[in-house]
Amino acid sequence: MVQAPAPSAAATPARSLGRDLAGFALIALAGLAGYWLFPDNLAFLTRVISVALLVLSLDLIVGYCGIASLGQAALYGAGAYAAGIACLNGVTEPFLLILIGAAAGAVTGLLMGTVMLRAHGLPQLVLSIAIVQLLHEAANKLAWLTGGSDGLAGMVPAPLFGLFEFDLWGRAAYLFGLGLLLVVFVALKLIVRSPFGMVCRGLKEDPLRISALGISAFPVLLRMFVISGAVAGAGGALGAIATQVVGLDSLSFELSANALVMLVLGGLGNLYGALIGTVVFMAVEHIVAAINPFHWMTLVGALLIAIVLFAPRGLSGTLDEAARILTRGQRRAGP
Amino acid sequence: MQTALSIALDAFAYGMALFIICIGLSLTMGLMRLVNLAHGAFAMIGGYIASYAVRNLGLGYGFGIVLAVVGTVLIAVPLERLLFRRIYDRSELSQVLMTIGITFCVIGITNYFFGPTLKTIPLPTELAQPIDLGFRSIAGHRLFVIASGLVVAGGLWFLIERTGFGIHLRAAVENAPMSRALGVRTELIYAASFALAIGLAAFGGVVGAEFLPIEPYYALRYMVTFLVVVSVGGAGSIPGALVACLLLGAIDVTGRYLMPDFGNFFFYLAVILVVCAFPRGLMGRAQ
Repeated sequence: MVQAPAPSAAATPARSLGRDLAGFALIALAGLAGYWLFPDNLAFLTRVISVALLVLSLDLIVGYCGIASLGQAALYGAGAYAAGIACLNGVTEPFLLILIGAAAGAVTGLLMGTVMLRAHGLPQLVLSIAIVQLLHEAANKLAWLTGGSDGLAGMVPAPLFGLFEFDLWGRAAYLFGLGLLLVVFVALKLIVRSPFGMVCRGLKEDPLRISALGISAFPVLLRMFVISGAVAGAGGALGAIATQVVGLDSLSFELSANALVMLVLGGLGNLYGALIGTVVFMAVEHIVAAINPFHWMTLVGALLIAIVLFAPRGLSGTLDEAARILTRGQRRAGP
Repeated sequence: MQTALSIALDAFAYGMALFIICIGLSLTMGLMRLVNLAHGAFAMIGGYIASYAVRNLGLGYGFGIVLAVVGTVLIAVPLERLLFRRIYDRSELSQVLMTIGITFCVIGITNYFFGPTLKTIPLPTELAQPIDLGFRSIAGHRLFVIASGLVVAGGLWFLIERTGFGIHLRAAVENAPMSRALGVRTELIYAASFALAIGLAAFGGVVGAEFLPIEPYYALRYMVTFLVVVSVGGAGSIPGALVACLLLGAIDVTGRYLMPDFGNFFFYLAVILVVCAFPRGLMGRAQ
């Protein structure tokens, strides 16, 4: 349904580099602004960053490879549990915990990709749901390892660089998360621009033509699943470090479905949409769900219907469109 | 032996209840190519209407069922015209998103009006009593569900394979522009089969309420179950849906009886294995 915005012929490498730098700077500025403006809500903002990583990882699968998944939380939860278990067993260095989470996510991504890529269309979607539900039940059952329905608690990560404690106000956790998000975002931008990223996009647009070029789809898509798993796993590990709790909800169908809603709200296939969608969705949820959870559901539902009918490219696509119309108007008004 | 028999009977009745709800979804997905995740929401609306009619208005159980089916269809037809018709030829992702959105709206709105409590549908005395089958007695309600399931399966098979409506429907699915050129009113056919599917969902929601209780998050809680059953059976196939419902129902009920703390673990394990082995479902049509 969603057409990726066609790379405009006018965009020279220099101009797109400038746009990228501006984009990175904007994310960093928005993040720092959040730090100064909402010093009492940093725990919530850190959670937003953690979920943003999950939604970014979903964008790689849905937006760039065209594979619909309702089970992305399997990768996120794997990272969260791996980091949590490692932390309880004495590995407390935060950077190492993020790496452990990313590795666990990548391994889960490898398994999930191997299973999911066997099917197409609806059965594929069902497989993604079945995988996340299976892991959810397994985590619930393996109480000696995962804490069962109580979850893991009591993790105390070591201070960041040995200096900054992960305290109650969550300043260290938030800045740590923001840094992680920026690094991941730059890396992902490079990946989706690379020839490998282009092949993925090609497989989404026209698989037959790509296979006619002599490229086999399975290894390419599987690699993207592993990358996506690493990103989601890092997000899960960040959540585990910041909140110092890992619950079964990090491995649930609900979180997967919400991530897909956030992604579609923001717009598929340009990475910025994933960030915008997460921030808007979670901010509104934070406010409305506190008033009445059922109003929140009605609102999300209406929003989803409206997006499918009126703005299939999501918020970022609609903004893009508006900007294009505006600049065209200016150009016409000019000489 | 006694336990095995009672598990088998329970599993059979549960599978039939699943079948009545899921067959409508299988038809919309297989024949109309619409991934309708809001199917469970319509079953839930049916359950709410029946519960309201029987408990608050004091009407009979049979009357409650009729009211639930008619009421749900009356709600669904305008929705089909306004919303569903626009996504028939859109991608699966659009359909999934729109129908999840409709599900959320249904949950939010019904709970606003009816309150967030469990809704029971009291059974009439004839169905609440056990019935002696000679070798064993079985709850009358279970027998009623099994019989309803068999009637639905037979009736649908007859409707699709043996009547003029069925021929038109299959033609519209095979090649819509061509059928239109031959004078088949495809929009009408689609609307009618959509209404049929929704009516079955409402019927299943009411008679299956003993197995799948009507509660605020019903539409979301069982959305995955219904979708899984249909895709395991192969969308659009009546025998496929029947086999999938009985198989998964048996696995689910047996797992719950014998290993209750594993929850749905075996259910989803079976789903993954079946979908990996039969990517188009047990009896799916080649696309």
